[in-house]
Amino acid sequence: MSGLHALPRALAVPALLLIAAEAAMRLGGGTTSDALAPPSAVARALAIGLGDGSLLAASLATLAAAIGGLMLGGALGLLLGLLFGTVPALARLFSITVEAIRPVPAVALIPLALILFGFGYRLEISIVAFAAIWPMLVFTQSAVAGVEPRLIEVARALRLPLGARLWKIVIPFALPRIFVAFRLAAGVALIVAVTVEIAVNPLGLGYGMTMAQQTLRPAEMLAYLVWIGVVGWVLNVALLAVQRRAFGRFM
Amino acid sequence: MTAPIALRNVGLTLGGKRILDGIDLEIARGSFTCVVGPSGCGKTTLLRLVAGLVLPTEGEVQIGGTRVVAPRRDVAVVFQDYGRALLPWRTAAGNVSLALEAMGVAPRARPARIRDLLGRVGLAEHADKFPAQMSGGMQQRLQIARCLAQQPEVLLMDEPFGALDAMTRQGLQDEVLALVGDSGATVFFVTHDLEEAAYLGDVVIGLLPHPGRIARQVAVKLPRPRDQLATRELPEFLRLRRELFDFMRTAEA
Repeated sequence: MSGLHALPRALAVPALLLIAAEAAMRLGGGTTSDALAPPSAVARALAIGLGDGSLLAASLATLAAAIGGLMLGGALGLLLGLLFGTVPALARLFSITVEAIRPVPAVALIPLALILFGFGYRLEISIVAFAAIWPMLVFTQSAVAGVEPRLIEVARALRLPLGARLWKIVIPFALPRIFVAFRLAAGVALIVAVTVEIAVNPLGLGYGMTMAQQTLRPAEMLAYLVWIGVVGWVLNVALLAVQRRAFGRFM
Repeated sequence: MTAPIALRNVGLTLGGKRILDGIDLEIARGSFTCVVGPSGCGKTTLLRLVAGLVLPTEGEVQIGGTRVVAPRRDVAVVFQDYGRALLPWRTAAGNVSLALEAMGVAPRARPARIRDLLGRVGLAEHADKFPAQMSGGMQQRLQIARCLAQQPEVLLMDEPFGALDAMTRQGLQDEVLALVGDSGATVFFVTHDLEEAAYLGDVVIGLLPHPGRIARQVAVKLPRPRDQLATRELPEFLRLRRELFDFMRTAEA
């Protein structure tokens, strides 16, 4: 494992940067700042946030909204992708509609969703769902349309009915790429959830971070920032592990 | 008894291009027919017509006296590109199972059938391997096992050994002869290897290109069972080989 070997050396740069930041903050007057805090203060704020459960509660709120939206939008994108991928005529029929809606930034729908749903989970889940549809739709459609033609012939020669053809040939063939799409969509979901919280929604990590910033507690704000990074990283690592376990054998 | 495979004045035009023209052919039950011809002569297309994967624009293809309008489960196709024709996410057993599932074999009855089929192609020890973990010859054996699972009346083989090395190919030739001898299936075998055609077939059909048409039909009068060394040394084999090579030379000229 060369990756593990290189780890100490790879950690040297971030460690040096942290030390430099700490030193600069302490030597640079030592006064309190409204925007920045030394790494030691951030670490302390992080420990306090984790200790009193506020960070975990906020994480659960954000993850609930992100996962809820991901499931909703992901399922819709998956369904449409399967449909468009297997029935090209349908894909052509809807292509202009899809291409017109897709470029709309999900967060631009915040005002509309706010009118419809008010503050809370439904607002956030609907925005996340909108954002999660597209990677799932686009990847699933191309994965399904790209199924090995020979396998379709095998299915035809065996006279597999449409349901069996989809379930036994098309979906398993496309599944590895669909899972990559799911990973992408999961990343997008977290980004959009935090964005909605920063912008309007009074819950979760994004809201906590904004509150810390507005009450002039930079250490706490940065602690939230670090923690959001950790959550995103863990999410990606976990999904990568699932992907290797599920598809590693034959890919 | 009706011939299991009959083609009556079959023609195929695709996108304004004449692919096959005036194909008349009767293939006897239980016989082994090989099709040879220069590339682009429509050998594979002819096989796909018999399979029902392509429908003719003129004439008709009949199997067992009924017109072919779609693929049939009693007609199995062995494709050349075994690497693409197998499900990479299923084990050897799972790949054979696909055909049994399509045939509506009850789940309880499948394991024994799978064991038997894999045993017949010499893959009994490899039931849990994925295609990517198998050699080319093993993968092609697996595809043959999947086709045998259909208990086919007609076995269509499209250059099945074209991508394999010479030793593997000879081994598989003998295995296929033994397998179809046991099952009594009628075989339609497309190849570009003239010696392979003479070694395997009861009849060798030579196609000419532009448009693809039958130019030669040669009866192979070699004794069975055939033997890789003895058969290939018989004067009749050498004469046949000469005849087919001469045909190909004029066909390509």
